[in-house]
Amino acid sequence: MNARALNLIGLGLVGVIGIAFLVLVPRFFELDVVLEFTVYMIMAILALSLALIWGYGGILCFGQSAFFGLGAYTYAIAMFNIGESTVPLLLAVIVPAAFAALLGYFMFYGRISDVYLGVITLTVTLILFNSINSTAGPEFHIGSARLGGFNGIPGIPPLNVPGNKRAPIDLEGMFYLATAALLATYFGLRLLLASRFGRIIVGIRENERRAELLGYDPRAYKLATFTIGGALAGFAGCLFANWGNFVSPTIFGLAQSAQIIIWVIVGGRGTLIGPIVGCIGIQWLTTALGANQPSGGSDWWAKIFANAPLIFGIILIAFVLLVPKGLVPTLGDIGQSLLASRGKEAKRLQPKRAEEG
Amino acid sequence: MRVNRRTFLQSTAAIAAAGMFSSSAWAEDPINVASIHDLSGGLDIYGKPMVDALTLAIEEANAAGGLLGRQVKLINYDTQSNMQLYTQFAQQAALKDKVAVVHGGITSASREVIRPVLDKFKTLYFYNTQYEGGVCDRNQFDTGVTPAQTVEKLVPHAMKKWGKKVYVVAADYNYGQITSQWVKKYVTENGGEVSSIDFFPLDVTNFGPTISKIQAAKPDFVWSALVGGAHISFYRQWAAAGMRKSIPMASTTFAVGNEHIVLSPDECNGMLICYNYFQDLKNPVNESFVASFHKRFGTDYPNITELAMGTYQGFRLWAEAVKKAGSVDRMKVIEALETGISIDAPSGKVTIDPPTHHCVLDVHIAEVADKKLKVLEDFAQQKPADTAAVCDLIKNPTDNQQYVIKI
Amino acid sequence: MDLAVLLAIQVLYAIASLALISVGLAIIFGMMRVINLAHGEFLMLGGYAAIVATSHGISIWIAMLVVAPIVVGLIGVVVERTIIRFLYGRMIDTMLATWGLSLFLVGLTTAIFGNTTVGISAPLGSFQIGAYRTSAYTLFVITVAAVVLAVIFVVMRWTRLGLIARGTMQNANMASALGVNPPRVYAITFGLGAALSGLAGAVLAPVSGVFPTIGVAYVAKSFITVIGGGAAILSGTVSASALFGSINQIATFVTTPVFGEVALLAAAIILIRLLPQGITGRFFRRGL
Repeated sequence: MNARALNLIGLGLVGVIGIAFLVLVPRFFELDVVLEFTVYMIMAILALSLALIWGYGGILCFGQSAFFGLGAYTYAIAMFNIGESTVPLLLAVIVPAAFAALLGYFMFYGRISDVYLGVITLTVTLILFNSINSTAGPEFHIGSARLGGFNGIPGIPPLNVPGNKRAPIDLEGMFYLATAALLATYFGLRLLLASRFGRIIVGIRENERRAELLGYDPRAYKLATFTIGGALAGFAGCLFANWGNFVSPTIFGLAQSAQIIIWVIVGGRGTLIGPIVGCIGIQWLTTALGANQPSGGSDWWAKIFANAPLIFGIILIAFVLLVPKGLVPTLGDIGQSLLASRGKEAKRLQPKRAEEG
Repeated sequence: MRVNRRTFLQSTAAIAAAGMFSSSAWAEDPINVASIHDLSGGLDIYGKPMVDALTLAIEEANAAGGLLGRQVKLINYDTQSNMQLYTQFAQQAALKDKVAVVHGGITSASREVIRPVLDKFKTLYFYNTQYEGGVCDRNQFDTGVTPAQTVEKLVPHAMKKWGKKVYVVAADYNYGQITSQWVKKYVTENGGEVSSIDFFPLDVTNFGPTISKIQAAKPDFVWSALVGGAHISFYRQWAAAGMRKSIPMASTTFAVGNEHIVLSPDECNGMLICYNYFQDLKNPVNESFVASFHKRFGTDYPNITELAMGTYQGFRLWAEAVKKAGSVDRMKVIEALETGISIDAPSGKVTIDPPTHHCVLDVHIAEVADKKLKVLEDFAQQKPADTAAVCDLIKNPTDNQQYVIKI
Repeated sequence: MDLAVLLAIQVLYAIASLALISVGLAIIFGMMRVINLAHGEFLMLGGYAAIVATSHGISIWIAMLVVAPIVVGLIGVVVERTIIRFLYGRMIDTMLATWGLSLFLVGLTTAIFGNTTVGISAPLGSFQIGAYRTSAYTLFVITVAAVVLAVIFVVMRWTRLGLIARGTMQNANMASALGVNPPRVYAITFGLGAALSGLAGAVLAPVSGVFPTIGVAYVAKSFITVIGGGAAILSGTVSASALFGSINQIATFVTTPVFGEVALLAAAIILIRLLPQGITGRFFRRGL
């Protein structure tokens, strides 16, 4: 068995599991589980957007939530003004992408790199947070949509079947849409990364100077990667606004930005499946920690077990120390060492790991 | 009915569950009641007392034999100051736990997240926090006070005491914006003048420049509608600048987050506030309530807050309606509540106002005095006049929105 | 005139508080390339240490200037020995670990202290400038910041510890080859950074209040200041604080706090665009 075959098997496996998930979940689970999975799928698309930018493009973006939030706000504002969802959906992808392109041009053509990129992107998302947060007054509106400040925009109308605004997509429909979108994003990114473009951006990540000397312009390639990532995050934001019919400035906040980075680290950088797994795992954990709290106990144990940040913090620290490479690469290593004990050729796979996943 | 795998699984699960419960002491399954509040993160200072009060109310109900002969079970969700979790937990409460009622939401933002979800899945909702007013939704009941109930009383009281020129500092969100408009309205109506209204995002901690601006304006008193942990630093910096002695302050947000305990007496004594409930209210219902609260949560419990009492009263009102309806069915309970149910609560008589689904209740003006709140003046049975100006659910039962009230 | 003096004091105060909250992070990041996302929580712990000490009858000055830095410094050393030392050279992983640490510390303080903690009020009273009154404590904060920065300068410039620290910072391998023990230097550095954060948290506690989640209000700002300052710890922190602090405060005074905040952030973006290595990447290169 060679690397290529292994890669194809992995790809096939993801496809089969994904489609099985898509078809079976609404049949076997109650609506509340379906709704919960819907938001996990949406967030997983967001995780993939950073997986591309950071994991493959090597651009440490601490403000992915800026594009996510812009997507959600754009959809909400456009929806209140237009009333039919096709154009708002497109805008929710185009506006964040354009914003990412502008910001990317500003950064990459200014030769800003490394941790400075992180700070600029973080700063941008905090500016958006502060600005949107201070739009509580009635004078802040775009067309008929009030921005609402801290309280955000509630009651966002859902997507409809393109062209027919009287046929909104229902809750199960949203699940199918989100899951299908996630699968499409995953396979789309796999294709992209297998293409010439994908090879070049990974090459730039590995050694920017060398890629430049070979005649590729790293700035342009980074800009393109960043813009694609911004568009994906905006698309996820649009779906998110649909799922909760709601958007508020906390979507731009520090906690949200850090969360996206954590998904990618936990799942494993340099893979695509990893951030999906990390995202769903962390989301599930956050929800589980908040659900079914013991109430009113004043003894120590109750205080500790009811303390979501305490437990979550311990889990994260333990995770970094015990699973340093992230979930999926570590599982991959375990799998390979199992394989290696059977056949020696598996060893040759090791250096190629960066391109798989 | 089309039988597919899901309904099949559901019904077998139901049979299994019924089998399990038949052996218990209770004739039927417990009645599920959901609590959705922030118990960690920045807003836990408000959420924890609310859940404690709800816990006590439910334990009292169970000790008295439950509701309709059934136990009441609290399902307690911690939203961790995260809006996304409000949506998720509201969905779970309605669909998975099939609760009879949801008590929850702290900020108006969280309420507007929960409200449509519970409307969609037909689950009764109680919002127990003081807020800006204007929500008109037959599925929702609001037990907190609105600006017309408190600001209207406190403005003339403070103006009589201190003078006519007012400087308003307010949290920069819906509640602060609307409350400051009400302040302006009542100050003008009472022949005074608002010299300026300044808004601060909820995470601002540096108030130096503002304090200088206030000094330049020389108002007779300052009205604070500041909210949350960060804004406590305003009172600190105000006192540190030596301003507390020369310019007094009034507020309808101070002390909800126990600010009067966090700050030293030197920093806030003499401040005027106005709410529905104070722990030191002198009436027999309240005295026995405070005693049992302290027995349950310890006598060192810092303070039973306005929001905690709102939650306690919210549950009691709902329980009263369930008794009257003889059922936990949503529509029957709503109809029972709409008969204008009332209870003798620790804060005095509390009655549901049928057209607005808000409450008619007593309000009190108090003064901060050495970490306590000393009640100065009582106003019996205040109507939610602001919401009533826009909302009539008896005439338009299908109305469903939050009005922006013209001030 | 009196207004101008008052404004000048407030601008100085903004600069001083920004420098105070950033300098601990600057040391940890500058020397060790560790992005400490639990930095805000170190500041928060400093505040709690001061509160607990004063409530046990210790004078407020000793509580703030001695107890808080020692307590938080020790916590820093423990954190370095138990978590950070496994993660050197893995900048990204330290981010995840310190984010976890930050949540953990917030949860722990909430469990221990609850969320209604009696704070400490600012000592020293107030004084009059023309028509205005302002807090004398403001001047104290400015003084503390100046003293802290001066001490760091002296230590870095003229002591053996400073020499070793600068050496390790410039080239850890070389320093190691010359007989320096990097793990020990790192533990001390991390402890010192934490201690300075504890000091800053305690000194600012009477102004900003103390509650478990206050760290969030600090961490982004200090991070931006440190990066904006660039590689040199001291001159970087000072110059970036001076720039951002005065922009923030003047904008706040002229317009609103929101605009002040946005002006600070926008200034940071423009600064990094113009000077991609931070201020000291271009100016004061030979500074500390």
